[in-house]
Amino acid sequence: MTYVKGLKCRECGRTYPKAPQFVCEWCFGPLEVVYDYEKIKKNFTKKALENRAPNMWRYRELLPIDGDPVCGHTSGFTPLVEAKNLAEVLRIKKCYIKDDSVNHPTLSFKDRVVAVALSKAKEFGFKTVACASTGNLANSVAAHSRYSGFDCYVFVPYDLETSKILSSLIYGVNLVAVEGNYDEVNRLCAEIAMNFPWAFVNVNIRPYYAEGSKTYGFEIAEQLGFRAPKNIVIPAASGSLVTKIYKGLIEFYQLGLISEFKTKFFIAQAEGCAPIVNAFKENSNIIKPVKPKTIAKSIAIGNPADGVYALEIVKKTGGYAEAVTDEEIIEGIKLLAETEGIFTETAGGVTVAVAKKLIEKGIIPREEEVVISITGNGLKTQEAVQNHLKPVIRIKPSLEDFKNHIKGGV
Amino acid sequence: MSVQVRIPTPLLSLTGGKKEVSAEGATLKEVIEDLERQFPGMKERLCDEEGNLRRFINFFVNDEDVRFLEGENTPLKEGDIVSIVPAIAGGS
Repeated sequence: MTYVKGLKCRECGRTYPKAPQFVCEWCFGPLEVVYDYEKIKKNFTKKALENRAPNMWRYRELLPIDGDPVCGHTSGFTPLVEAKNLAEVLRIKKCYIKDDSVNHPTLSFKDRVVAVALSKAKEFGFKTVACASTGNLANSVAAHSRYSGFDCYVFVPYDLETSKILSSLIYGVNLVAVEGNYDEVNRLCAEIAMNFPWAFVNVNIRPYYAEGSKTYGFEIAEQLGFRAPKNIVIPAASGSLVTKIYKGLIEFYQLGLISEFKTKFFIAQAEGCAPIVNAFKENSNIIKPVKPKTIAKSIAIGNPADGVYALEIVKKTGGYAEAVTDEEIIEGIKLLAETEGIFTETAGGVTVAVAKKLIEKGIIPREEEVVISITGNGLKTQEAVQNHLKPVIRIKPSLEDFKNHIKGGV
Repeated sequence: MSVQVRIPTPLLSLTGGKKEVSAEGATLKEVIEDLERQFPGMKERLCDEEGNLRRFINFFVNDEDVRFLEGENTPLKEGDIVSIVPAIAGGS
């Protein structure tokens, strides 16, 4: 059963049939999946959702595959945590954490997009999957490729966190470490994709792949009791997640699953790589690429593919774009861990720190609610915080020595 | 000044399937004009109605994005490699 009509260029509107194609042949603009919403309306209702399993495929009609998914059956439907302790510290009425640090199986929101991409790659008949990645995507493509029976090549910058390298290699895939930054890896992959018959999930499969991110937005709305949040803070690398959460909420609104959609979108970036924030603050519509230098490597994209569209969404929803320093990122990671017991990676530190900054500046009003998007797990970026934690209390195995270190007791 | 230009898939129909072509020019702008002379129709694909480089195409000279150099006025020297790469790729 398919609900997809085809692909359409976001820039010039030219349409194309479903194919592993990612840019408009005329103007090089990005291609978007077009759905048959009339047909979707007949099958996709609140009532229908009640009986579906808690994973991302419960939104099947709004995802761009024609047959059954080949993976991701346990991905998605991560917790939406009401963060009371964090709200108290931030002095805001209500705060929610959408927690993809525990997404299955590879602990980041990338399991959503990869499940769609690999299902689609199978439909197109590819035997090999690949990606350009800052780590999380590589981990996810690697894991899902095994489950769904693909050969796999992942391309990453050579200086990634050890854990992100290991978390791809463990699956026995081919990991290519490129001596360059992510933008250079990405460019190389765009060229490789033109020369090898592979499904590069975020290159030639990108229009389908990116749709998987909508499920993050669908879930937030559903978990809030079928309504859109007032404010949402989202980390931006390529900017794709921002555009897809927006698209997801629009679709829910147009299909009547939520009755109102007035969410303000806030973009979070690291100061060392903030091309979208820079454009917002300079009130420019052009995203000038930057050379990244930040500990938030997972979102260190200096040349964001969807930057212009993410920026448009921030502007038209009355949101804001803000950046934070590496020190603030570390404080953000610790704040979330110490208040809510959630250990997020550097990108999550960026989001928490930006939310804090925007609340303090009064840009996100204290009497409103905010959803903070946590997209990855702290176990993968331990280097970032290891020199910023309390020292270990090392003692001899005796009560006496313990008492030398810890006061109290009887 | 002769440079090598790498042609992306969507433009292969204009170059008769050639993935790499030679072009003349002292700047990127001049190279685009020369490509237009050799392969009519090329310019409107690379530049928008106002003549600016299209926003979803990245141009690289010897692996450096021209937006870090001098854009369309980036000077070229004999043997440089110009790559034309679709911008819209990537996630993280």
